This record gives sequence, C-alpha cells and structure tokens, in this order.
Amino acid sequence: MDWQAVWVTLKLAALTTLVLAVLGLPLAWWLANTRWRGRALVEAVVALPLVLPPTVLGFYLLMAASPRFAPGHAVEQLTGATLAFSFEGILLASVICNVPFAVRPFAAALEAVDRHLIEASWCLGVSKLRTFWRVALPLAWPGVLTGLVLTFMHTVGEFGVVLMVGGNIPGVTRTLALAIYDDVQALDYSSANRTALVLLALATISLAVTYTIAQRRPART
Amino acid sequence: MVRRIHRLKVRAARASDVGCVQRATAPTLSQSAGVLRTPYGGLGALFVVCCLLLAGCGKEPSTSAGDAAETTPSAPPGNATVRIAAAADLRFALEEVAAEFNKTKPDVKVTATYGSSGNLSTQIANGAPFDVFLSADRSYAHRLVEQGIAAADSEFVYAIGQLALWVPSTSTLDLDKLGIKAVVDPSVRKVAIANPGHAPYGRAAEAAFRSFGVYDLVRERLVLGENVAQAAQFAESGAADVGVIPLPLAMAPAMQHKGRHWVVPCEAFPRLDQTGVVLRSAADPDAAKRFCQFLSSQRCREILARFGFLSPEE
Repeated sequence: MDWQAVWVTLKLAALTTLVLAVLGLPLAWWLANTRWRGRALVEAVVALPLVLPPTVLGFYLLMAASPRFAPGHAVEQLTGATLAFSFEGILLASVICNVPFAVRPFAAALEAVDRHLIEASWCLGVSKLRTFWRVALPLAWPGVLTGLVLTFMHTVGEFGVVLMVGGNIPGVTRTLALAIYDDVQALDYSSANRTALVLLALATISLAVTYTIAQRRPART
Repeated sequence: MVRRIHRLKVRAARASDVGCVQRATAPTLSQSAGVLRTPYGGLGALFVVCCLLLAGCGKEPSTSAGDAAETTPSAPPGNATVRIAAAADLRFALEEVAAEFNKTKPDVKVTATYGSSGNLSTQIANGAPFDVFLSADRSYAHRLVEQGIAAADSEFVYAIGQLALWVPSTSTLDLDKLGIKAVVDPSVRKVAIANPGHAPYGRAAEAAFRSFGVYDLVRERLVLGENVAQAAQFAESGAADVGVIPLPLAMAPAMQHKGRHWVVPCEAFPRLDQTGVVLRSAADPDAAKRFCQFLSSQRCREILARFGFLSPEE
C-alpha cells in the first residue's frame, strides 16, 4: 500500500467535500427556491461535469493554470506557485468535477422539504438563515449526506482530470487511483490488486451505509 | 464521541420543541418531530466519521512533513530531493540506478515520475515541479533548453536506446526466424507500441516497420500505449500478441522471464540519443547535477548496460 497516495487521496477527498458543502449547500438552496427563468441554465452548468469528458475539463484547467497563460501567470505572480501539477490544482479540478455529485442530491433533498414547514417557520419570525439551518437542513439531511458521501467517494475515484492536471507526482498529486495505474504499468499486479481491493471495499461500504441512511427516512414517515 | 452523539440527540429533542409551536400544521408536526431526531443521528454519525478521518490523518504527520519538504525549495540540508521526470523505458533501470546512487549519497532522496517523453516535456513546459528530465530522445530535452526551461549547459546523453520485439512465452511465433516479420504473421491480431505522437520509442517502432517494409500491413493491428511501459503491459498481459518496446523493458526482471525478445537492428530506426537536462527551476540544482554526474559515471553505465542500454560512446 502506497501510504503517501493514501494520504494525498484522503486529504483531497476531505477538502473537496468540505469546499462543496460550504459552496454547494447555498447554491442548492437557491436552486430549490428560485423561480428565476435562467434556472435551467444554472442547472445545466451544474450537471455539465457529468457528461463532459474529463479531458475537456483537464485541458482547459491545464491551459488556465499554466504560467504561460494569463490566469495562471496572475496566480504565479500573486502566490509564487503554479496551480498546474500542484495539490491546489487537483483540488480545484476535483471541486469542479464534483459539483453535480454534491449539488444535485442537495437540491433534490431541499426541494422535497414541505414548503409549509418552511413558510410556517418564516411566519413565526424565524430568520431565513435560521430556517434553513434549523428546519430545511435537518429535514433534507439524508439527501445532503448522500451528496457528501458521493462527493467524497467520487473524489477518491477521480482519475482522468487528476492525471491530466496533477501529472502523477508522488506525494503531491499521486492519488490511489493513479497509484493503481502506475502499478499496472510497472507490472506490479499484486500491489495494484491490493489497492484496488481496498477501494472496492471502501466504495461498497460507503454506498451501502448511505443507502441505509437514505432508506430510513420514508420508513419513519 | 458517544457523549457527543448523545448531546446532539438532546439538541435534536430540543429542536423538535420548535416544531411543537407549529400546531397549525398538525399532520406534518408529528412527522417533523420524528424526522428531526433521525437526521441528527446522521449528523452524529458523520461527526464520528470526520473525527475518525481527522484522527487517521493525524497519524501520518511524518509523511505530510515529507511532502512539505519536497515542495519547499528551502529544504534543510540533508533532506535534498531530486524529482525526476523520466521516460518510461527507464522504469525498472532507474530504480536500480537510484538505489546505487543512494549508496554514496544516502541524504538525497530520489523520486521519479514516468511517462512518455513528449507528455512529460509538455507538463514541464507548463510548470510541473521537476528537477531533472530524462528524455528517451534528444528532441524533447533540447526543446526545453530552447524554451529556456532547462539549463543549456546541463544537456547530456546518458544512453543510447535499443528497440525489441517481445512475445509472451506461450506465443508460437519464432522470433529468431521471423525477426520483425513476426508482426505481420497471420496469427498476430494486435501489436502494441507506444503512441508515436508523443513517445520517441513509438516513433522508432514505426520507423522500423517502414524500413522493413511492413508498415502498411501492420498499421491495422497497432494498439497504442500511452507510453512504452503501457505498451509493454499490453503485451505482458496478453492483450496484444506482440509488443515493440524498448529493450530495457524487455530485459527487466518483470518481463524477461515471461517471454522472449528479439533486438531490432539499430540501423532500422533513427538513433535514440537519450538525453537528460537539469531544469532551471530545480529546487536543489546541486543535488540534481550530482545525480546527472552519477548517470554518466562508469558504475551507472554498467547498470544501464545490464538493462540493454548502449553507452553513448558506442
């Protein structure tokens, strides 16, 4: 087991999930409540990473992050570091890749919350933020949890973009998925098999737990 | 942690009191009270998972510190790292070279990323954090010098590459009799080479097919690996019937005992002057230079020769 890769993977997945919880929940709440006509466009953009080849995203991110082009150059001037082939680079890439895996379950769960409860809370003078926090979020929790687990596991499993933007650098951007790819090319099948089995078990367990939690809700009502 | 879940449940119970005020929505009230308790249980579970995760992360401060040292240019002395971007034909040989290098310089850590030379040089041109680039030909390394990314005076040829046909032991092809004609044998369905678009050995394989006049026949059968190591893996796994790969991969312990190989004559393809350069952005230029000097040393030449590389003087 490549412990460096384990560490990089867990760090990447945890941070991606955290960022998307912070950014995705407000976006999902807005999507669940808005009647704006442009909503369909926003939803389309959110779902885009689902259908787009990872290479499209990888290509544009690489171009944007490269110090040879304006955005990457600006980042380099500001921070003295480049986004391409850095941990921050793959974090940015995996946040973008995982937007649909977080926002879509969040929005679906928040939409399913009974509007009467939300409006009753507002009528009782509870602020909108507090209503979201104390009424909507607790009721939508199974869906939100599904989104968080999916995001975490999908980040663990992300391959194309991470390889393209991260460049498979040990200890920096080599995640477990890349370590398997590397092991296979090194003809080290036993090591590849060990890592693959761990990922398979982890994915199965986490999905089973998520579905169990998601199922508990209708059973109670 | 159990206490924390308990506390959350108490809070959840209190939260349900808020629901009690909403008598107007009587039918949903009981539901919400019931539901409220469960989701907070989920929150508690997530808390536990997060705590465990953080605890797990905390156990590996040594690795993370190692990472930090790797990316910080001002790494303390005795912790020098040479990050090598190496052509994939070096995959097995370089490990031995690095181990031998560490016998004399145990304080220098050598890490390697393998790929096709074209791919790696593009990554380097776009800012990938490496110190040394070991290309499988001269052009990709030289281009980095022209772009001002690699130091001009650091360019050196560390080996001459050789090409080989490789078939698994179970194959019935008689390589010694057929030579390169083996790739057009009727029993062969797929021939693995590296992508000629960005892998010098892929280009060398194509040139060899052309010089033997078999290119048009073999073209339909070609499967392209992302780099030579993947092409070798295609052949090793039996997915391709023949691999046209670098001799150093065919002679690597992991491949040698599983098949037979035939060395393609050097005249059949343009000479592969495998060239190395030190990048101008190298975090520790001295350590990088020392490693390059070692690559040119007699001791290193012997290791490379054992893997099937020719020395630059030959």
